Amino acid sequence: MADTPRLELIGITKAYPGVIANNNVSLKIMPGEIHALLGENGAGKSTLVKFIYGVQKADAGRVLWEGQEVQIASPNAARKLGVGMVFQHFSLFDAMTVEENIALGISPELTKGDLSGRIREVSLQYGLPLDPSRYVHTLSVGERQRIEVVRCLLQDPRLLIMDEPTSVLTPQEVDELFKTLRRLSEEGVSILYISHKLEEIKSLCHTATIMRMGEVVAECTPENETARSMAEMMMGADLVSPERTGRKVDGAIKLELRDLNVVSTHQHGTDLKDINLTVRAGEVLGVAGIAGNGQRELMEVLTGEVSCENPTAVLVDGIAAGRMDPNERRAAGVGLVPEERLGHGAVPDMSLWENAFLSAATRMNLTKNGFIQVAASTEFAEKVVEEFRVKTPGVTHFATSLSGGNLQKFIVGREIMQGPGVIVVLQPTWGVDAGSAAAIRQALINMAAEGAAVLAVSQDLEELFEISDRIAVICEGRMSEARLAENVTVEEIGLLMAGIGLEGEPAHAG
Amino acid sequence: MSVDWLIPALLTIVTAATPLVFAAVGEVVVEKAGVLNLGVEGMMIIGAIAAFATAVSTGNEFLAIIAGAGAGMLIALIFGVLTVYLQSNQVATGLALTIFGLGLSALIGHSYVGKTFDGLAKLNIPGLSDIPVIGPVLFGHDALVYLSVVSVAIVAWVLTRTRMGLLIRAVGENHDAAHSIGYSVTLVRLGAILFGGAMAGVGGAYLSVAYTPLWVENMTAGRGWIALALVVFASWKPWRAFFGAYLFGGITIIQLYAQGMGVEVSAQFLSMLPYIATILVLVIISRDSARARLDAPACLGKNFHASG
Repeated sequence: MADTPRLELIGITKAYPGVIANNNVSLKIMPGEIHALLGENGAGKSTLVKFIYGVQKADAGRVLWEGQEVQIASPNAARKLGVGMVFQHFSLFDAMTVEENIALGISPELTKGDLSGRIREVSLQYGLPLDPSRYVHTLSVGERQRIEVVRCLLQDPRLLIMDEPTSVLTPQEVDELFKTLRRLSEEGVSILYISHKLEEIKSLCHTATIMRMGEVVAECTPENETARSMAEMMMGADLVSPERTGRKVDGAIKLELRDLNVVSTHQHGTDLKDINLTVRAGEVLGVAGIAGNGQRELMEVLTGEVSCENPTAVLVDGIAAGRMDPNERRAAGVGLVPEERLGHGAVPDMSLWENAFLSAATRMNLTKNGFIQVAASTEFAEKVVEEFRVKTPGVTHFATSLSGGNLQKFIVGREIMQGPGVIVVLQPTWGVDAGSAAAIRQALINMAAEGAAVLAVSQDLEELFEISDRIAVICEGRMSEARLAENVTVEEIGLLMAGIGLEGEPAHAG
Repeated sequence: MSVDWLIPALLTIVTAATPLVFAAVGEVVVEKAGVLNLGVEGMMIIGAIAAFATAVSTGNEFLAIIAGAGAGMLIALIFGVLTVYLQSNQVATGLALTIFGLGLSALIGHSYVGKTFDGLAKLNIPGLSDIPVIGPVLFGHDALVYLSVVSVAIVAWVLTRTRMGLLIRAVGENHDAAHSIGYSVTLVRLGAILFGGAMAGVGGAYLSVAYTPLWVENMTAGRGWIALALVVFASWKPWRAFFGAYLFGGITIIQLYAQGMGVEVSAQFLSMLPYIATILVLVIISRDSARARLDAPACLGKNFHASG
């Protein structure tokens, strides 16, 4: 019996209009095995997982559960079999309590009786402390994830699916989560672990299935591989790491934040408190932090979408810019790359040249007597496409038609080609494939080398250590002092991200 | 000053508030499920004419109320199919529903103008309704008044205490999450819309069967809009909507009495009072915008499309 896989997929195929998301995918997960599913964005991991959890139906293929052929018609059916899932974008309800959230995600029979008592019990048993009566919007991201995990554990899962569980956690929280997962695996629970963080997979997973373009391209034992070899299997090409020559942290101050205080305009947002920061010509300053700690608010203040009460709280080349709108800032030489590509960085249903015009009109003189200079705008957009190797049939195509990585290259390129003295980038490579990510990082490093000041806000610590000259951490709206990247360790940054060790801030429990 | 006018005034406040209670509580459920149905006025007026026509032709008030509820639901079904299944814009569809309802009711009601019947009987609970002052005010109403109170209690209980209520709130709060957990967002929403339609229909039926047992074109006179405002006013809580309806009904009636007693304020201004009060309360409530956003269902007015 021990040789019967817990779950076996045979020849799963799923096509969407225009793309084959999964092509003849087969997969075996043994009891107690932690199985990694690896692949770049768009490789078909999410589609496959949605199918296992019954959210979507496959066009062809068979599923064997503990040797028996089954049909998984709905998430309810999946839960009945013993499949639990922790979603990448949490399926939580902010305005409800932990207990209500859990009640919604488990079968009705389990909600009878003392649910909150059982939540406490399970959460203590697995080292995932949770208060059932708290409202979700008051919880940290790590705590929110615990809700999802506890929700699964309450149903005694035989297979737990985790979709990029660590992308929002601090290094310490990741360690805690891994302890829980290893313990579950010892108890015989199989885990399907989706990620593209290769070091994590090496330390956690027993086996890995690697997908590319909807197909399984390799299976391996992560322990015996290097992160680089797995990355190359994912990409199907050699990985080029960004290169840099020397660090320069003594240039003239290009961008300065002085005692910046901002009240968030968002629901459940984070207020910015007493932020001081300088970015000098020729350096990349990285800002680390867990999502939701004020990055969005910081970006809004930097772009000018939200203006400061005090005009001198933001200084560009020593000029008070706190009350300038985004276009005035661009004119003053600031390039801006917001987080959300579609809808914020680019207008989805406008062509690439129109999107280029929208941001570059001021600096590149793309208007004349109030009329758009179509030829000049098109030429500018084409230059961006060529310089940054954006894969697109032409600049008249809509922004939505590009893949995430290509669109991000276009947006970053559009800002860089305007030759700004300062560039502010939020999550430069979030959800971008490894090849494009490397290109974007290289472009940022090159910009600094040419004398611009680069401010990069990111959740990806590996990325920040790769590109930054100095690193600061934002936590609960406060900014730590920026430190030289070579003098600081991942662990130290992790503690700051968790709010431990910030000056004037008491240690944050949990 | 004599208090002879007090008891009739209190009685009319109840009758003025009851249609609002029905419509507003129904809309609370609809909006809790994340759907903004601006067609309340249209559903009410269709309920009103359906109930009146049934009452006149059968003489049976019970059937009339059922007809009102059914007609409201039928109109709501149109809205539901358009917005939930065909993804049409909720605001535009709701407005169209109101205009459609007003027009259709006028057409159907044309031959009923001038007709009349006895109207819904008061229950006059023996013994209790004979108590001075309290008796007639609390126990001298028709069955629908009591039904309105009961329905508020049931809706409040269902929304906060039952799994069904949890599901309705979940769908309104985050429809993507509800979908990925495995609930049918479309079915929950359609159910809520139909319930809202039935309640608005009964509210309308109350107007034409109990409040003034006759048919007048456009007799809802904006009450559907007031009900919509009451939902926001009540921060999507059924009991608050109930009190809001009585507050509005109260001011409406008091200003009528004030006009009758010749208060030295122009009649136009007094007629404005209920609306001014509504606006004032809305402004006061919206003052704390963070609080207001927490109360509002996060997916209110957003269409759901299962994708990806």
